[in-house]
Amino acid sequence: MSNAMHNKTLTELKAGLAAGDFSSRELTEHFLARIQQHDGELNSFITVTAEQALAQADAADQAIATGNTGLLTGLPIAHKDIFCTEGVRTSCGSKMLDSFIAPYTATVVEKMAAEGAVMLGKTNMDEFAMGSSNETSYYGPVKNPWDLERVPGGSSGGAAACLGARLAPGATGTDTGGSIRQPAALNNITGLKPTYGRVSRWGMIAFASSLDQAGPMAQSADDCALMLQAMAGHDHRDSTSLNEKVDDYLGALNNDIRGLTIGIPEEFFPDTLDGAIADNSRDAIRELEKLGAKVVSVSLPSVKLSVPAYYVIAPAEASSNLSRFDGVRFGHRCDDPKDLEDLYKRSRSEGFGDEVKRRILVGAYALSAGYYDAYYRRAQQVRRLIRDDFARAFEKVDVLMGPTAPETAFKLGAKKDDPVSMYMADVFTIGVNLAGLPALSMPTGFINGLPTGTQIIGNYFREGQILNVAHKYQQATDWHKQAPVFGGEQ
Amino acid sequence: MSWEVVIGLEIHVQLNTVSKLFSGSKLSTGAEPNTQASLVDLGMPGTLPVVNKEAVRKAALFGLAINADICRHSVFERKNYFYPDLPKGYQTTQLAEPIVGAGEVEIQLENGEKKTVRIHHAHLEEDAGKSLHEDFHGMTGIDLNRAGTPLIEVVTEPDMSNAEEAVAFARKLHAIVTSIGICDGDMSQGNMRFDVNVSIRKPGDPLGTRTETKNLNSFRFMERAIKLEVERQIDVLEDGGEIVQETRLYNGDTHTARSMRSKEDANDYRYFPCPDLLPVAITDADLEALKAAMPELPNARKARFMDDYQLSEYDADLLSGSIATSAFFEGVANAGGDAKLAANWVMGELAARLNAEEKDISDSPVSAEQLGQLIARLKDGTISSKIAKQVFEACWAGEGDPDAIIEAKGLKQMSDSGELEKIVDDIIANNAPQVEDYRNSDDAKKKKKIGFFVGQAMKATQGKANPQQLNQLLKEKLG
Repeated sequence: MSNAMHNKTLTELKAGLAAGDFSSRELTEHFLARIQQHDGELNSFITVTAEQALAQADAADQAIATGNTGLLTGLPIAHKDIFCTEGVRTSCGSKMLDSFIAPYTATVVEKMAAEGAVMLGKTNMDEFAMGSSNETSYYGPVKNPWDLERVPGGSSGGAAACLGARLAPGATGTDTGGSIRQPAALNNITGLKPTYGRVSRWGMIAFASSLDQAGPMAQSADDCALMLQAMAGHDHRDSTSLNEKVDDYLGALNNDIRGLTIGIPEEFFPDTLDGAIADNSRDAIRELEKLGAKVVSVSLPSVKLSVPAYYVIAPAEASSNLSRFDGVRFGHRCDDPKDLEDLYKRSRSEGFGDEVKRRILVGAYALSAGYYDAYYRRAQQVRRLIRDDFARAFEKVDVLMGPTAPETAFKLGAKKDDPVSMYMADVFTIGVNLAGLPALSMPTGFINGLPTGTQIIGNYFREGQILNVAHKYQQATDWHKQAPVFGGEQ
Repeated sequence: MSWEVVIGLEIHVQLNTVSKLFSGSKLSTGAEPNTQASLVDLGMPGTLPVVNKEAVRKAALFGLAINADICRHSVFERKNYFYPDLPKGYQTTQLAEPIVGAGEVEIQLENGEKKTVRIHHAHLEEDAGKSLHEDFHGMTGIDLNRAGTPLIEVVTEPDMSNAEEAVAFARKLHAIVTSIGICDGDMSQGNMRFDVNVSIRKPGDPLGTRTETKNLNSFRFMERAIKLEVERQIDVLEDGGEIVQETRLYNGDTHTARSMRSKEDANDYRYFPCPDLLPVAITDADLEALKAAMPELPNARKARFMDDYQLSEYDADLLSGSIATSAFFEGVANAGGDAKLAANWVMGELAARLNAEEKDISDSPVSAEQLGQLIARLKDGTISSKIAKQVFEACWAGEGDPDAIIEAKGLKQMSDSGELEKIVDDIIANNAPQVEDYRNSDDAKKKKKIGFFVGQAMKATQGKANPQQLNQLLKEKLG
């Protein structure tokens, strides 16, 4: 039943709702049933909000009946459990917030609800978004729907897996070092990290504030455009949200890409890269050449420093951002603290998992007296070099392309005891976060039955162009339409 | 050889903005605990700060008032430490690039000299909440109403050499921040809090090890705490000991101080620029607008008082010392028509009375208009200065305006010379021996002996005789 509702894109479902082919309630019930049926195996949701979803679906059906619709009216969306949702547990994948019922709603969730979206629930993630395999979640690892013995990537692993398995047609993610793009690549879906400041961070639990950015994840680029249209915009509650007008992403999707210049950074195709990974991305670029794009070689010499710079800056910010989880006002508090010190030590030791503790320690160290200059300041200098590299490249090209991840989904537990090897999973994505640029990952073929993705990086605020390029590619190819044989159906 | 004292101050000045530094919550005074604390103030996950423009404006205004460089791109940083009343686990403050750079404040010393105290910098920061240790049965209560209140922390160079200079500086700073309207200046509400750094050395020696006494909330406590600490340091050094760099707490009730923590226990605050906030940009146009809106500063007011009212420098300095005192003085001077008398009364009788009842001049029971009226009556001879004090007391007690009191109590000076002449004649007639004695005395003795007759006349007139007129009459009649 390849024509089943769950195989349709958001764009197709929107048309179906408008045409009266099905109601939002039917659609929502369909996805809730799929989650019920399959998520036991996948573990992509932490919380399913069925009752609320159906109430929202009914309201959406009313709105459709009266012609009072928004961009996303009646479309089921799963939110990463990093976004605060009033009255609903917001765990951030951590024991620390297992009992935390958010008292307010994040701007992203609020804006999408205002456009009529139906929230299916909250998706699993690496604890506090720290991880590239979704194995650091307090709620257990998410499985990759293409191979249940493999990881879905992370930190937006629940979002990517539920999309790959068609348990939801659209999902929000956040990307600090690749957390939207890497899992998108590993699950054969499309995910966009917008320009830093394009989407409000209000209500999104902070990991590394100068890098965190929310974005859309879905089957296709046009779906991402639809979602981003609803998510983006200035928010006076977020000082780092930029007051730039939101482009017409949907309107730009079909722009002609003849004459487009694609830059291929040699650093994204190192000699050590798996040849099959490189080939898939080169094939994707060739496809775009066929559509009239020009290809030039460029160099981003400082990008090789992005992983070490990132693993100073991100933990440094995290060490401070996570200080508020102290057992005093909200979140986990240890039993019977004997004094203040005991309250802090035990609440935090019990509430945080190993990877979070590791990053807090690394970050606190990098900021401490006597080490600040050698680590934090130096990492910021590297960050500037990386930004300058990209700026120089964008003087010559419109977009940059290369593989999203250096390998396909790896086995659960394979990198558990080797954090540095885990950190290398984001080697191609992290530079973009350090520079604050927008980038998208799209499905570009398989290796041994496992998906691979290719990244399209654009200049600041050129999300419209990135989506346009990806959409053109997806019109010419059908990699993004491939769904895993999952749960005995397709 | 005696000891030389070196004092530097850090002063927290609470800005009187409507809302907090990074949230829309109203500033709290006396509200129920935790009712003036928003999601941001509580440090809820996912919340973000947005800087209050008015706080930035007020901090920059302060910078201009002390002739400081204003940083065009000041940066907020996070000062990381754990404390239950610090909701985010860090205080958002400024370190490397504070909004106000180096400036200076001129103070007037009691010996008539002036001294310039250099300001190292002043930065914007948020206040913490309060920990309440009573009433919670061995637990601590947290009130986050104060969390996020905007402060500027003013840091001086170690330019003061005794407690009196430190107090003179603190008072001048109080005068500046209240004059430019950035702080309410209510010390009892913690609007200004002082940390004093004190060290001693022999003249010519390098700086000694300093201690910091924190959170002094009155000029008097500050003065006493400094003196106490100086004495302690002298005792330690003269006993062959060493000063330990430490933070101390002063208890004003018992006039004692104790060590709170030594340098070894000091936190590593792991400062770094706050990634949730952009640098605060201030343009030339912003500065021009601020300069144009700058209210009269205490030193300008002092100069004006010297020019307009012919006050001595010392009087002018005292009277320009706070916006409330200045306004009161000018009110009295204008209503009374005599600036010198106004100055004397405001600094003398009124100040003494306010001091005795621990009242602020803004709560004075005698208004500036009433004191002005009293001075007018004194000046036009309606009452004598002795009677004036009586009228002032009645006015203080709430018995009405001076004119009404003078009328009701019949305190008007006897200026009808015929009536007074008759009284004088009677006194001379009834005191023949004293008259005889007076007339036989030399001039020097006469000067003393006339007092008897003045006393008799005052008694007969219930003090209402005009002293000059009475003296004149007596001299004429006694010969």
